[in-house]
Amino acid sequence: MKLKTKIKAALATLTLTTTITLASFSAVAVEADTNAEVKGKQIFTEVKRRDIGWGNSKADMQMILSNKHGQKSIREIKIKTLEQQNDGDKSLTVFNKPRDVKGTAFLSYSHTTGADDQWLYMPALKRVKRISSRNKSGPFMGSEFAFEDFSSFELNKYRYNFLGEEQLDGKDCFKVEQFPVDENSGYTRRVVWVDKQEYREQKVEFYDRKNALLKTLTFGGYKQFIGNFWRAQSMNMVNHQNGKSTELKWLNYAFDTGLTEKDFNRNALKRKN
Amino acid sequence: MSVIKSVRTIAVAAILLSHTAVATEFEYSGKVGVEQRHFVDDSQYTNQFDDTQLSFLVNPELYWQWNDGDDSVTFQPFYRYDSQDDERTHFDIRELSYLHVGDDWELKAGIRKEYWGVTEFQHLVDVINQTDGVDSFDGEQKLGQQMVNVSLVKDWGIVDLYLLPGFRERTFSGEEGRLRGPLTVDNNNVSYESSAGENHLDFAARWTHSMGDFDVGAYWFHGTNRDPQLTATQEGEQQLLRQYYNQMEQLGFDLQATKGDFLWKFETIFRSTSDEDFWATQAGFEYTHVGIFDSAADLGLLLEHSWDSRGEGDDNSAGAAMQNDLFFGSRIALNDIQSTELLLGIGTDLQHSATMFMVEASRRLGESFKASLDVRILQSSDSQEALYYLRNDDHLGLTLEWYF
Repeated sequence: MKLKTKIKAALATLTLTTTITLASFSAVAVEADTNAEVKGKQIFTEVKRRDIGWGNSKADMQMILSNKHGQKSIREIKIKTLEQQNDGDKSLTVFNKPRDVKGTAFLSYSHTTGADDQWLYMPALKRVKRISSRNKSGPFMGSEFAFEDFSSFELNKYRYNFLGEEQLDGKDCFKVEQFPVDENSGYTRRVVWVDKQEYREQKVEFYDRKNALLKTLTFGGYKQFIGNFWRAQSMNMVNHQNGKSTELKWLNYAFDTGLTEKDFNRNALKRKN
Repeated sequence: MSVIKSVRTIAVAAILLSHTAVATEFEYSGKVGVEQRHFVDDSQYTNQFDDTQLSFLVNPELYWQWNDGDDSVTFQPFYRYDSQDDERTHFDIRELSYLHVGDDWELKAGIRKEYWGVTEFQHLVDVINQTDGVDSFDGEQKLGQQMVNVSLVKDWGIVDLYLLPGFRERTFSGEEGRLRGPLTVDNNNVSYESSAGENHLDFAARWTHSMGDFDVGAYWFHGTNRDPQLTATQEGEQQLLRQYYNQMEQLGFDLQATKGDFLWKFETIFRSTSDEDFWATQAGFEYTHVGIFDSAADLGLLLEHSWDSRGEGDDNSAGAAMQNDLFFGSRIALNDIQSTELLLGIGTDLQHSATMFMVEASRRLGESFKASLDVRILQSSDSQEALYYLRNDDHLGLTLEWYF
């Protein structure tokens, strides 16, 4: 209940400032909006706070792509991630399947503000190519996940709006709207359900640039690692507009793996392990 | 009985070894493919084949790693059989090398491929590996190069030092092959400026760094020129082209600025040999429009210009092939499950009649097959141009590869 106190305190401060600065305006409506924004942001500040200190991790990811006729295609990917103290995470993604792109690697330095730095390694030519991180709305490997759906969560990437509390599969959840700050995002907004108990994302709805419901992502099989950090073992993305879906299965999650900066430089892109 | 016994002993020994000694992980992958190339026109020169050429390729990769990947060995042999051209039937070790990863350094020793540069239509600064001229017409396939490479990772960039013992001669189409001039290149009687010949020890040092939106690279190379001089000689009844490789010093610089949807690219080299000194540049941009027509597809537009201080050739000097050439390309990636891609390109000499048109398309079939289509249309009416001698070699290639 520490959090509640925190939120209350923050709300009090904010109410105070808005009342002073907007004294002569119709403060009530503005206050309500601001309250919802502050509460939304508070919830995600706590989500972020609870996910600080995991250090580094390795995982294998299986992507199962399905079209509306039920035909399936499988991708296998290895992901290494390194937490950064005062910036977004560094991650190295290496493809194993489909076999024609085996060894293709993707290095990303995400930043709390501004565009991420990204490099792609093409093993057939042995070529490292810096790529534009502007392409965030494009599909990742033909799946229903966009590149931006994989980038590390940073508080300042969104504006927030608290929508209320709702039960989801028997779990008490906060329901918060997020508006991407970056105009290159493929979404006008996301609606996120976060459980009140552990502050884990349970469900996300994505609205396209025309503000129509595009996709729904549901998280399953949350497991706790090194005593603190929750990771979903499966994520299912359903595209409502084209009838396709993509299921992610996370296998062999490992923390404290000894990964350091040397595993995330441009040379690391060319290694095979 | 004894065979079974010894097999069992070996198996037990292997199991024990893999558990007691260092835990070695082994992995294999690779591809086999079949390619059919069809030439639109009949051949221009005697002994060349007409119509089609069928070829098969095998390109496996074996990989062993231990110490959690800090040590590894990669072996990647390559073999192509060609139904028409004996020279295109060839074997090469693309890679056979050992890698050790330290905290802020790497050691790589053996036969390897190393790619440098940022531009798409000409790879000026890419100098370590010899071009496998028979394997693909675009020159993007390279022969393995023997090397010892130490890579040092610093705050101010990555420094790579290379010792390159031994030299690989370029591969050329044979007498029966297409995509060659009127004379075939002699693979024997190759001569060198250096008295050490093909055993000259080459050296290179390269620095690369990322600074904000800028990725830069600069290097110095000292050793055997990868580009041969070809001189016509009479050999009995036959006229042949003899290969001569001189020594060169080369400075190279490459830069890419990643600004929003634009990638600005620049490459330049300065090459000094006993015959001549020259500068050359390749510069341009790549623009990507994400999600054309509200679809998942991307449209890329590429524009590049080539310049060379040697200028156009005349009766006294060969000049440069790309002294004032313009390239335009358009890349469409559907971003679908099959990774369907299409690249259309055109390159033209702004001073001469020489134009090349190309189409490259590919699509995955199922989980592990890939089909690709390659079209090249070559036009020239100027006998000073290399393309003039290939003007009958418009072709269409269809490749089917199985990846494992």
